Amino acid sequence: MDTSEKQNRLLVDLHVKYIQSLDTKKDDLEYWLTEHLRLSGVYWGLTALDLLNSIDALKKEDVVKYVVSCQHDNGGFGGHIGHDPHLTYTLYAVQILVIEDALDAVNVDKIVEYVASCQDRDTGAFTGDEWGEIDTRFSYCALSCLSLLKRLDAINVPKAVEFIMLCKNFDGGFGVSPGAESHAGQIFCCVGALAIVNSLHLVDADLLGWWLCERQLKNGGLNGRPEKLEDVCYSWWVLSALSILGRLHWINKEKLIEFVLVAQDSEGGGIADRPGDMADVFHTLFGIAGLSLLGYPDLKPVDPVYCLPKHVVQRIGLAERYHV
Amino acid sequence: MALEAEVWSDIKPIPLDDGPDPLAPIAYDAEYSEAMGYFRAISQRDERSERALKLTERIVEYNPAHYTIWHYRQQILFSLNKNLNEELDFVKEQIESNPKNYQLWHHRQVLVEKLMDASCELPFINEILNDDAKNYHAWTYRQWIIRTFNLWENELDFVNKLLDKDVRNNSAWNQRYFTLFFNPTKPTEEFLTQEIEYVIEKIKMAPNNISPWNYIKGIIAKSNKDIGILEELCKEIEKQDIISPHAIGCLVDIYESRARKGSATDKEEGIRICTLLAEKHDAIRKKYWEYRKVILTSL
Repeated sequence: MDTSEKQNRLLVDLHVKYIQSLDTKKDDLEYWLTEHLRLSGVYWGLTALDLLNSIDALKKEDVVKYVVSCQHDNGGFGGHIGHDPHLTYTLYAVQILVIEDALDAVNVDKIVEYVASCQDRDTGAFTGDEWGEIDTRFSYCALSCLSLLKRLDAINVPKAVEFIMLCKNFDGGFGVSPGAESHAGQIFCCVGALAIVNSLHLVDADLLGWWLCERQLKNGGLNGRPEKLEDVCYSWWVLSALSILGRLHWINKEKLIEFVLVAQDSEGGGIADRPGDMADVFHTLFGIAGLSLLGYPDLKPVDPVYCLPKHVVQRIGLAERYHV
Repeated sequence: MALEAEVWSDIKPIPLDDGPDPLAPIAYDAEYSEAMGYFRAISQRDERSERALKLTERIVEYNPAHYTIWHYRQQILFSLNKNLNEELDFVKEQIESNPKNYQLWHHRQVLVEKLMDASCELPFINEILNDDAKNYHAWTYRQWIIRTFNLWENELDFVNKLLDKDVRNNSAWNQRYFTLFFNPTKPTEEFLTQEIEYVIEKIKMAPNNISPWNYIKGIIAKSNKDIGILEELCKEIEKQDIISPHAIGCLVDIYESRARKGSATDKEEGIRICTLLAEKHDAIRKKYWEYRKVILTSL
């Protein structure tokens, strides 16, 4: 079978092996320089494996033990053992524990306390940690995290929504802060956050839907902003937002599937940002999750709001709560 | 980056507790590993000293995304009352080699907030944008600087220059909107009329450039003007035999707005060009144009 033939289909076994092998590359300095991303890596890998029907490729006991070891006394989680607590990693930790159905391994009240402490009382925005960086990504992290823990009551939700809406732009999209350029990654965060708190009526779905489907380029790939390069990860950021808005069909599915498949590493496994580049676990998850949204065969369905396998979201009783 | 032995003789490095296998195992570059060992030892006792500062410098040069090190470095800088202008020079070099790193830009913001002096910032950001005029971090930081230090005055000139250089720079178009509408001094009616003329000229230069189309529709909506003012532009592009899905799409908007007021001919024309876009000029977004057609038909 030659390379092009191989790339006509999703190389499931190869991707499972690739994700499993990530922890065996310890001789590379690169592995250590990405230490602060270790917990994220576990979330990306584990979610991809579950979508590929192979969650057992990572041992549940090890995963849970590792996640627990990243938690701090204040309830927040760091990106790795000994790294400072941060909202982003706290969400990754909660997502992993929800997938593994292991929330009882941690002190949930402490997590809730930590997340709530990141909200700015005046603006409703969230800072990533005690150092004060503000970003709509952190609004998503907080809302998603508390929703998964069923503790949205711990924060001021209307204020959180107010801040997100200040970040809505003239083109219907959302940026990192009020006035900042629309960006597909931030749009996923803002639309996802609004979906979680049943506020999708605040989105201009037709205008934003147009902006999102306009991200598809002739080669089928999607970019994150006008006049930028296509990238497999936008198969997730753009598609999930379109899916939440009920407009997934506005892009050309066949062309996008083809683009993602060609970005696979047909020898070592994994998916790259675009064809010909090095594969990594981040793009592997978002490529697979994108394919799942597109209804690619033999993948478990993914939830576009939580970026978790749908069966997990259903198990905790949160599926399909959102309406456009 | 070997560390000087005598400076560190009283510290016993703490090896990495890597948690249970197989998720996070051991063995890495010896020098980085040595520095991290000392970091764990001195951060545990919260040592704020010159050697600690030097150590954080070594580590972030290796790994500028290590946010825990940056936090520690900030505490040391403030505790030792260091000259923050020197730190600005250091972070400038770091940003120049890692322009898309969140931690570095945030570190710079923390320093400038402390100094309350932004005199070096716009020239510095200009340098970064000169290399990559779409750097999202640089733009976000620029907006923070302009708002915090009220530096609105020359911003429109700056945006003009960027658009002269590259009319397809979406970040510059976004900054244009920011400059007009986030400025405490709001644009006058007369200014907005000139602004629309300016954008029309830019669209004529590259009718397939989505950014000014989005922008002009944005200011038309914001200022409650009639989208019909773009009809002449769309028709002119059509006459030049340039196929611009954006120009045709804009006509759909115009016809739809008139169909909503009861015009049957505009409705028919709108439906006709939606079909054209769906079948021919923008077939990749066929479903979107079919949706627009359904809306028109229902009017």
